[in-house]
Amino acid sequence: MKTEQPLVKIRNIFIQGRSDEDWLPIINGIDLDLNRGEVLGLIGESGAGKSTLGLAAMGFARDGCRIASGTVEFDGIDLIAADAATKRSLLGRRIAYVAQSAAASFNPAHKIINQHTEAPIQHGVSGRSESEKDAIELYRRLRLPNPDEIGFRYPHQVSGGQLQRAMTAMAMSCRPDLIIFDEPTTALDVTTQIEVLAAIRDIVQQFDTAAIYITHDLAVVAQMADRIKVLLKGDQVEESDTRSMLDDPKQDYTKSLWAVRSFTREEKPLASEDELPVVRVRNVTASYGTVPVLHDVSFDVHASRTVAVVGESGSGKSTVARCITGLLKPSEGVIEFDGTPLPADYRQRSVEQLKQVQMIYQMADTALNPRKRIREIIGRPVEFYLGLRGKEKTERVAELLDQIELDPDQFMGRLPSELSGGQKQRIGIARALAADPKFIICDEVTSALDQLVAEGILKLLARLQDSLGLAYMFITHDLATVRAIADEVVVMKDGRVVEAGGKTDMFTPPHHDYTNLLLSSVPEMDPDWLTELLDQRGVDNIGDAAIERMEDA
Amino acid sequence: MKAVALIILNRLGLGLVTLFVVSVLIFAAVNMLPGDFAQAILGQGATEEAVAAIREDLGLNKNPVARYTDWLGGILKGDFGVSFAQANFSSFAGEDASKGGIGSVAAQLEPRFKNTLFLAAVAAIISVPISLILGIMAALYRNSIFDRFVNVSTLTSISSPEFFVAYVLILFLAVLNPVLPSLSNIFAEMSFTERLIKTLLPALTLTLVVTAHMMRMTRAAIINLLASPYIEMARLKGIKPARVIVFHALPNALAPIINVIALNLAYLVTGVVVVEVVFVYPGIGQLFVDSVKIRDIPVVQACCLIFAAAYILLNLTADIFSILSNPRLRHPK
Amino acid sequence: MDTVVWLISWALAIGIVGGVFRFAGQKIRWPSEQLNIYFRDMPLMVGIGFVFGVVLLYVVFHYYFIEKSTFFRWAVQGFVIFSAASWLFWTFGKHVGTRGSRKLFRKMPLTAAFGIMTIIVYAVLSIFAGVLAPYGQEEIFDKINVLPGGDLAAGGDPRFLLGTDQLGRDLLSRLIYGGQNTVGIAFMTTILAFLIGATFGFLAATLGGWFDQVVSRGVDAMMAIPQLIFALLLLTIATAWAGSNKGLITLYMIVIIAVLDSTRVFRLARAVGFNIVVMDYIEAAKLRGEKLSYLIFREILPNAYAPLLAEFGLRFCFVFLTIAALSFLGIGIQPPLADWGTMVRDLSQFINFAQFSPLTAALPLMAAGAIALLTVAVNFVVDWMLHQSSGLKD
Repeated sequence: MKTEQPLVKIRNIFIQGRSDEDWLPIINGIDLDLNRGEVLGLIGESGAGKSTLGLAAMGFARDGCRIASGTVEFDGIDLIAADAATKRSLLGRRIAYVAQSAAASFNPAHKIINQHTEAPIQHGVSGRSESEKDAIELYRRLRLPNPDEIGFRYPHQVSGGQLQRAMTAMAMSCRPDLIIFDEPTTALDVTTQIEVLAAIRDIVQQFDTAAIYITHDLAVVAQMADRIKVLLKGDQVEESDTRSMLDDPKQDYTKSLWAVRSFTREEKPLASEDELPVVRVRNVTASYGTVPVLHDVSFDVHASRTVAVVGESGSGKSTVARCITGLLKPSEGVIEFDGTPLPADYRQRSVEQLKQVQMIYQMADTALNPRKRIREIIGRPVEFYLGLRGKEKTERVAELLDQIELDPDQFMGRLPSELSGGQKQRIGIARALAADPKFIICDEVTSALDQLVAEGILKLLARLQDSLGLAYMFITHDLATVRAIADEVVVMKDGRVVEAGGKTDMFTPPHHDYTNLLLSSVPEMDPDWLTELLDQRGVDNIGDAAIERMEDA
Repeated sequence: MKAVALIILNRLGLGLVTLFVVSVLIFAAVNMLPGDFAQAILGQGATEEAVAAIREDLGLNKNPVARYTDWLGGILKGDFGVSFAQANFSSFAGEDASKGGIGSVAAQLEPRFKNTLFLAAVAAIISVPISLILGIMAALYRNSIFDRFVNVSTLTSISSPEFFVAYVLILFLAVLNPVLPSLSNIFAEMSFTERLIKTLLPALTLTLVVTAHMMRMTRAAIINLLASPYIEMARLKGIKPARVIVFHALPNALAPIINVIALNLAYLVTGVVVVEVVFVYPGIGQLFVDSVKIRDIPVVQACCLIFAAAYILLNLTADIFSILSNPRLRHPK
Repeated sequence: MDTVVWLISWALAIGIVGGVFRFAGQKIRWPSEQLNIYFRDMPLMVGIGFVFGVVLLYVVFHYYFIEKSTFFRWAVQGFVIFSAASWLFWTFGKHVGTRGSRKLFRKMPLTAAFGIMTIIVYAVLSIFAGVLAPYGQEEIFDKINVLPGGDLAAGGDPRFLLGTDQLGRDLLSRLIYGGQNTVGIAFMTTILAFLIGATFGFLAATLGGWFDQVVSRGVDAMMAIPQLIFALLLLTIATAWAGSNKGLITLYMIVIIAVLDSTRVFRLARAVGFNIVVMDYIEAAKLRGEKLSYLIFREILPNAYAPLLAEFGLRFCFVFLTIAALSFLGIGIQPPLADWGTMVRDLSQFINFAQFSPLTAALPLMAAGAIALLTVAVNFVVDWMLHQSSGLKD
């Protein structure tokens, strides 16, 4: 074995993407080395170019992108100079790819196993029956339920987490030297993510495969990678082995990334029993058509307090918000505001009632009308609720912009498209504040943002709460966010409140099984976290399997 | 499988309902005519008795609902009523037209319907394969010179009125280089080849227009498909381009392609009218236009219903095939 | 049968030569590395395409210089002149005008520039028809059936460049007025269709519920009958109502086509509206307590302009072609108004004179071509606009 020669050697690579008629740089002269059997983590925020670099390691550029200069060598073969046939013979056989969305990357028209065996058969690695047997063996090793049978289903008949593991199995079908994992767990819930992570790590170790693991999640990469490379806007920030990177980051950017995770706020004491809550959700049951989504949900939100409603997709946490705002009529139960019940339909609420409940949305892109200038977006509620016009209105808008730390002179006349993601989210906050409400619902407000930007938003929200005495209902699936900002936590599953209480209580075991599972599934920055967790809970007691056990019990 | 059968039954039912609604619509539209048919047939100078006699004959004294049910009942039995023009003629000839003689709309429609079907079939047989092949090629070589050329020429062809295409073809293929006849006088006794040659020019006109539509739609459907992540995945597995197309793209392209074909055959239904008039082709389209001009209401009604039925049927077929080719529906969870 | 054999053998020959061309290109060591790579990665179809292009060019040249191919020569000349004119227009637009317009021209393809230029020419001709046309559209002269060309010896008359029709009306004037009538009526009809369709579409999208259900089902039923057929049926009834008043028939036609076409505008407006209505900013506005009129005019409409404008172009083409077809069939715009569809029908017999008097035979094609040219132009512009707004960068 030639140990000196790295498996992948990228030198001074420049990649460009087309925008109208110009080519804009995506990657600016990065070097990358990867040895056999090594796992390299590529991390960075959105737009850092990590996926593009990952694909370039396969000698591949997406439509609208091109490799402008530099070299990519795989096991001594120059992938840029190689002709199409040579590249084809490597792809799938010696280099494999695992995409972000397994549901979209499996062909809906063919059974999973037929897609699995395609590469080995086409590359002449093995025959059909042999590779089918191998597929089943791989499914077993990846701990898929019913390994003998699952491959004979169509992709849409299998759940997201299982499909992601099936795709990992497919990548393994020819026992490649290198696998590129492109954010394989980003689309999954935390409890599912952990299963997939464990499975991927196992299989990569078992076959001693080299891998490039692309993600934006530091804690995930800490579990998976031997070495980490940090990218920022197409440039390399720094690279070193995982432990030293975590313990002792050299660059300011890396340090700031690491620091985000440590932002927390002092938990305020629980409100006293006799204090009147701002919003009280009482025994709310609701359904979409005939599909029940909420069962007997109750909780209170007090002034100057943040209640985090936590749950995975489908837990009904956003539906609670729709009931509070009046978009969905509960079939039973009532929403009280300052002790008086609100009409169930928002159309029957008075302007004063509408004004008091405001909302901040997850996707700032769709929350702001792209054709309106910031002046109008914030000015409209000012005018509508407070009746201010002309100069008074402009002054109020300027004041609001000051509150969200944007310069009024600079931003007043802009369109949403001229703002960054974080700035848009701030405008969304300002629009909610413009109504001068007592209560704001924050629906996953940070989940579409990069971590640094998200931290800024959380700090802003915390500051506003302290100065204005706002009550927040914080809908999120991200427990790091909960840890940072919540005073009280409500855990939901399948439309029911599983558990509720103060933050510190909630983060100290023991708890309801589901809360435990949820809390323990959140990756931590410690590289040994996954190993320790698996030792603790056992490989069969995580993710879906654990939930099934819970339900059986 | 049961779910799919249910969905298809549902669609079929929906098609029937649509057909019913359309027949009501057509009937209602015709009944918005001022005065009544009897007056229209006989003209202003007719005597009261004559008008009354015709009115009785045609059942115009009944209320609209009864007349509608009579009309629909007749159609279901294959009786489309009596053509006014022919009724006039046959009353002179002393025949009773209402008994399915030469005056009945059905008798008039039958040969013409076959002719129109023949024309549409020839056009479809030429245009479907050509447009599918060219459309797929344009999608595969998108943004190449070929693709741009195809884009510009199909756009031009779509934009041109059918009679422009028709006269250009007549000019080049019938007048300047007399290879094909410019008039399509077709008789029942003609041999197949003779008939084909007479039909070729109108068929070519339709082909040019429909091919352009079909090609653009095929191209769009295929490009849309090739952008899906599973196609990228197949490429990244090192699969040969030809296999990517056949194994990964085609099974999923079936639904959009069938849709494209059905939609364009439905388009043929309308295109046929103008083209038949240009070439004096004895089909329903020409009969329809002639009847519109002389306000021969029963014939207009019947033609309208036939066109609408063909149109609905084709759209329904497209719907059903795309349901059948959807793996998500074929293999439910 | 011979033609088929002939076609197949040519296709085969081109295929083989294309293959040889590609193979040779791969064997030859080209001086530049780029050419080497280009040939190495060249798909077979591209090689065949090159050969096919060469053959096509040769055929065009060949026929261009054959004596009797007058029409072909005209077509080629017309194509070259139009290309050159639009190229000049394009270059002009790139260097003259505001910064915004120059940038717009730089980004647009030649076809779109051609479209814009043609639309401007048509607009000027239609608006100033009264000034530009030598005579009035209903003016009747004593010389009937004058041949075009203006050559007295050949049965022409220099006063009537395109000759006169069987009633003695100047054809050039009628061609120009025909533009005014046909384009003007189509334009009005489209605007009417948009007013109806967009109003109902946006209302359906915003209100939803039973209103949407009722209107949508109604539109479905109307769309189940092919548009031209339905238009013909309704026109039959309309002509009966109009009696001998020809102007009324034209008016009825406008309304009928506008209503039928508004169904498609409705579908688009509703779809666009629904896409906007699900946006969070609409939800925010609803929860603020805004009224329906504010929602439609201030929140939805500003975001729907781009697709609606492109649709306007498409609908205009469709309406224009439908009216032309109806007039051609004799049931559209009524005489004495001049219009292109009717002109094509009236002059169509002249096409048989192509051997002896090419200019005469070209008359019906001129009217038909005038229709085609405008729709092509609009379609080119719409195509470009759709490409722009879809953000396809492929």
